[in-house]
Amino acid sequence: MTATDLGMPGSSRRTPAPPAGRLIDSPPFPVAAKQYLADSQLRANLHHATSTIRAKRARVTAELPNWEQLRLAGEAVKDRVARHLDYYLEELEQNLTANGAHVHWAADAAEANQIVVDLVRAKGVDEVVKVKSMVTQEIELNEALEAAGIAAWETDLAELIVQLGHDRPSHILVPAIHRNRAEVREIFLREMKLYGRAAPDSLDDEPRHLAAAARQHLRDKFLRAKVGISGANFMVAETGTLVVVESEGNGRMCLTLPETLISVTGIEKVIPTAADLEVFLQLLPRSSTGERMNPYTSMWSGVRPGDGPQEVHVVLVDNGRSRVLADPIGRKALRCIRCSACMNICPVYERVGGHAYGSVYPGPIGAILTPQLRGTAAAIDRSLPFASTLCGACAEVCPVRIPIPDLLVHLRHRVVDERKRSHLGLEQALMKGGGWVMASGPRFGLLERAGGLVQRVTGREAVGPLPWPASLWTRARDLPLPPEQTFRQWWRANRDPLCHPERSEGSLRDDEATTVTSVTSASAEAAAE
Amino acid sequence: MGKAEIFAAIRAALADVREPDPAADVAVPWEYGQATAVEDVVGLFAERVEDYKATVLRAASADAVGDLVAQALAEHGAGSVAVPAGVPEAWYAAAERAGVAIRRDDPPLTNAELNETAAVLTAAAVGWAETGTIALDHRADQGRRALTLVPDLHVCVIEAAQIVTDVPEAMARLQASLNDRQPITWISGPSATSDIELSRVEGVHGPRTLIVIVVG
Ligand code: SF4
Repeated sequence: MTATDLGMPGSSRRTPAPPAGRLIDSPPFPVAAKQYLADSQLRANLHHATSTIRAKRARVTAELPNWEQLRLAGEAVKDRVARHLDYYLEELEQNLTANGAHVHWAADAAEANQIVVDLVRAKGVDEVVKVKSMVTQEIELNEALEAAGIAAWETDLAELIVQLGHDRPSHILVPAIHRNRAEVREIFLREMKLYGRAAPDSLDDEPRHLAAAARQHLRDKFLRAKVGISGANFMVAETGTLVVVESEGNGRMCLTLPETLISVTGIEKVIPTAADLEVFLQLLPRSSTGERMNPYTSMWSGVRPGDGPQEVHVVLVDNGRSRVLADPIGRKALRCIRCSACMNICPVYERVGGHAYGSVYPGPIGAILTPQLRGTAAAIDRSLPFASTLCGACAEVCPVRIPIPDLLVHLRHRVVDERKRSHLGLEQALMKGGGWVMASGPRFGLLERAGGLVQRVTGREAVGPLPWPASLWTRARDLPLPPEQTFRQWWRANRDPLCHPERSEGSLRDDEATTVTSVTSASAEAAAE
Repeated sequence: MGKAEIFAAIRAALADVREPDPAADVAVPWEYGQATAVEDVVGLFAERVEDYKATVLRAASADAVGDLVAQALAEHGAGSVAVPAGVPEAWYAAAERAGVAIRRDDPPLTNAELNETAAVLTAAAVGWAETGTIALDHRADQGRRALTLVPDLHVCVIEAAQIVTDVPEAMARLQASLNDRQPITWISGPSATSDIELSRVEGVHGPRTLIVIVVG
């Protein structure tokens, strides 16, 4: 059943090969964005998906009268943990150990991968089933296992689509958000038979039938798996309990049926008490899938005799998190509970998709987290803090109140300052200038009107690059002709919540002005005032 | 080695934190474990469970459970049902008389046997109205986790007195189970996915049908 030979020369892979190359070598955001902007199918898929999920989120968050209190509580609990991370990790380790779990510590991706590979090898197996987990993507665990001759099967439907599609995830919640049903059908028909039970020949593109094909394909793998690998949404220090939030039941399969369970988690996932779950398990489902509650949530505390895996490992991964922690402003990004609300509402994400961010964390959270986790040595990482219009929508929806625009501005300065320290070149000066302009409504407004003027004079349909220093932003964007009225003027007259409180956030997002220009100027104002 | 290195980095990173007591350093503005304002708790629970395309049946008293179980299994053509050791016999006696094969999980059924079993019958630990969720803490009347996962139909019996308003009240009730290190599973409707074009499909890997019987 295993695909040892796919008939490709030199191929002895067990699992479908992802695209060649490393994420960190991705082109800078503006370059990639330009390429993805040209893909109209991608934009249609993304628009449909993000607008659907935005509307659901808006509906279920409005349902709770104490939503803001929940957000404040979530923020405070996460801040408490971040500021006392050593304390809670110590408590967590003690309780996990007392519960019969083995705790491992990994300073970076290589250490984490080595620990997992060794554990799997010690069990003498050559395949594992996996629950969707961001941190295992971050450390590229699947490829490390593959290199060791171990097949890691993704079992979340979207992850399966991505894996079988030789693709990369483009969203943290719905990794195959960039694929439509016809593409999924094609991938299943072509690939499933190479790696296990084939999709039925009669498969059509009805989501119900596609999901059934996945159920069939994975069932054998679940039943025979000896080792499961998961992440965790939360780890409770007080009781040594791990929590996984999911929808399909693939998580429960991986957490329950194998004899050995290895959970790989970022160190920032610890929370103090089980009672804190009452805050996060309200915030997370409503913010992410836009449901009152996700179908399944699993909690387990080490080994339970007679129930589930009898060998339980927890690999706690730093991989840059302690570096993020060292910046009292930047550390706010560690509050993130990976709900994806910020990317679903982001006008930039909606247009370019997740792949342009060159990271497993796309969208607004990726723009602030990736350069902090990986540092700013790579071109893509230096460009990410600029991959935003600073419109502020992300901060409004974030269930743990991460001030994403503030962090973006903070990181823009950091990028520029770091480069300046090595040498002050023209580009750095431009970046600094870009930050200066974008951080100020009046300054950007001036610039925008200047752009419009240039255009009316030249009679072109779209603005080419704006004059310095906004050229950094407009290099990869064709900006449509600014109307007589700037967006900010229009906003004041039409949508300013102070003047028009009846306008909901949802109505803004769904029929928002369609140009990046407009959003950009509004955002500059939001950041400044 | 990994741990010492990581802890050294964390402590160096937190040089700005002066207050050693986490609770004194950051106050959490939240009152835990509070009930929310729900007028008809059982009514809302039933409504919200059904929102997930699960089925809710009402049993006037414990005596009525057996017939409802038999009826539910028959309606779904389930010829076999797994039962954890702690489930009262009265709950499945009628089904057994109707010819349904009762598979007691004692000794434990293998994964393959579970995969061939049509249904599972359990109690619950707590349920709550606001989100239409039931929680299992996998004690004797609910069985180990695999039981309620592999069979395609889950019939879950919950008493009205076990149903509370919302997550905070439910978490307070589950604290004892967590203290006992019981695994816990929250179930809100049948398994589902929205991974393809965000269109919701009920039924992926977990039970594709969920029937909740509310007693009292
Ligand atoms: S930054 Fe906030 S909104 Fe974005 S994924 Fe994280 S928690 Fe969700």
